[in-house]
Amino acid sequence: MFPWEPLALSLQIATAATLVAGVLGVAIATWLANSRASWRDLVDVAVTAPLVLPPTVLGYYLLVLLGRRSALGHAVEAVFGAPIVFTRAGAVVAALVGSLPFVVKTARAALEGVDRTFCQAARTLGAGALRAFFTVQLPLARRGIVAALMLAFARCLGDFGITLMVAGNIPGETQTASLAIYDAIQEHQEATASKLAAALAVTAVVILYAVNRLTAAEHDS
Amino acid sequence: MIPERGESTGGGAAAAIDAAAKDSETLHVRVALTRAASGFSLDLAFDVPPGITVLFGPSGSGKSTTLAAIAGLVRPDAGRVALGSRAWFDASAGVDLPVHERRVAYVFQSLALFPHKTATDNVTYGMDRRLSREARRERARALLGRFHVSHVGDRKPATFSGGEAQRVALARALGMSPRVILLDEPFSALDAALRAALFEDVLGIAKDLAVPVLMVTHEKAEAAALADRTVRLETGRRRPDDSRQREQS
Repeated sequence: MFPWEPLALSLQIATAATLVAGVLGVAIATWLANSRASWRDLVDVAVTAPLVLPPTVLGYYLLVLLGRRSALGHAVEAVFGAPIVFTRAGAVVAALVGSLPFVVKTARAALEGVDRTFCQAARTLGAGALRAFFTVQLPLARRGIVAALMLAFARCLGDFGITLMVAGNIPGETQTASLAIYDAIQEHQEATASKLAAALAVTAVVILYAVNRLTAAEHDS
Repeated sequence: MIPERGESTGGGAAAAIDAAAKDSETLHVRVALTRAASGFSLDLAFDVPPGITVLFGPSGSGKSTTLAAIAGLVRPDAGRVALGSRAWFDASAGVDLPVHERRVAYVFQSLALFPHKTATDNVTYGMDRRLSREARRERARALLGRFHVSHVGDRKPATFSGGEAQRVALARALGMSPRVILLDEPFSALDAALRAALFEDVLGIAKDLAVPVLMVTHEKAEAAALADRTVRLETGRRRPDDSRQREQS
């Protein structure tokens, strides 16, 4: 029988994390692309650091930041009545942190690739900065932004280390497909492992192909 | 500020503009800015009364930067830009009206037609949004018709010829009911026959709207054919041997 539960959980967590990373990441990318602030580079480094940090290190810092004894973790628990760590919400946060750099990097490049003159034309035609962004810069960068979201989704599906540190490995709750593969191998259930591995591999390759098509079309036009 | 005397090269159109000028206002420009990185500096003052004023000079002399400063896309280090008595920018008074509140029609050298929008949607973009969508589209179609490009209304800029793109850009600039019109080398990509046809259109616009039109060019013939007045630039300064300037100072 196909191990649907971890795969469904993975898709659910990845979808939620991608939506949040999309909004947050595009907002940060927009600021990075359009700002001339001197500390812009510092923000860039802070946001993209997860690309080079070991996932366990990232997970460790997230635990410190969001754990039940931290100020932030305490506040969240007081408001929502439940902690973040070792819950499904924790798994979403883990996937979000891992995927955010992909959204910011890719979306920033796409937004910066839009000729400034188009935005300037919109401004002279009476559009405020927000209207110029939503009606001109964002639509013209849309292929790159969609590519950014797809890469983020793939990264979310593949996360292992951050999720394990922040959300644990609770079957039916935080045990995503990546974690389930590890468990299956530990328990000598090779068939389960191979099915899940194949499902993740196919998804990743399909996404990569789609991203390549999208970005190639952008260069053509 | 140095008053500029009109050259009469515009002929009959200039007379009509002078008559209409009473109802409109003059754009006063005094800008100074320095780009530390390139060593480029700009320091000039001139007036643009209603009608066509040509900003004439070699490339690199700061013509486009001057237009950008008037539109508010570039912030000068010092100076003042005002339409009539209303200051848009005044370095000493701390006034800097945002680009989108100046209502300046700016036809860029690249035209900058929105590639993801049809000609009609390009033209409606700058219109008063209190008008209904249908009213805006109606006006856009009328403007496209006036510039003889009704047939491209539902098409996107990638399919336009050079002349069509130019005309749609002019229609878009007019659609916003501008207070000032800035044209940055508007005919540079066109052949002589198309230019002559578009000259007529631009002269017609200037006459109808009676607003200040400032046009950048580095072509003497173009300047002569269109200008009511000429401001000559040389590497960021008004040309020192500009005879008309010397007479008046």
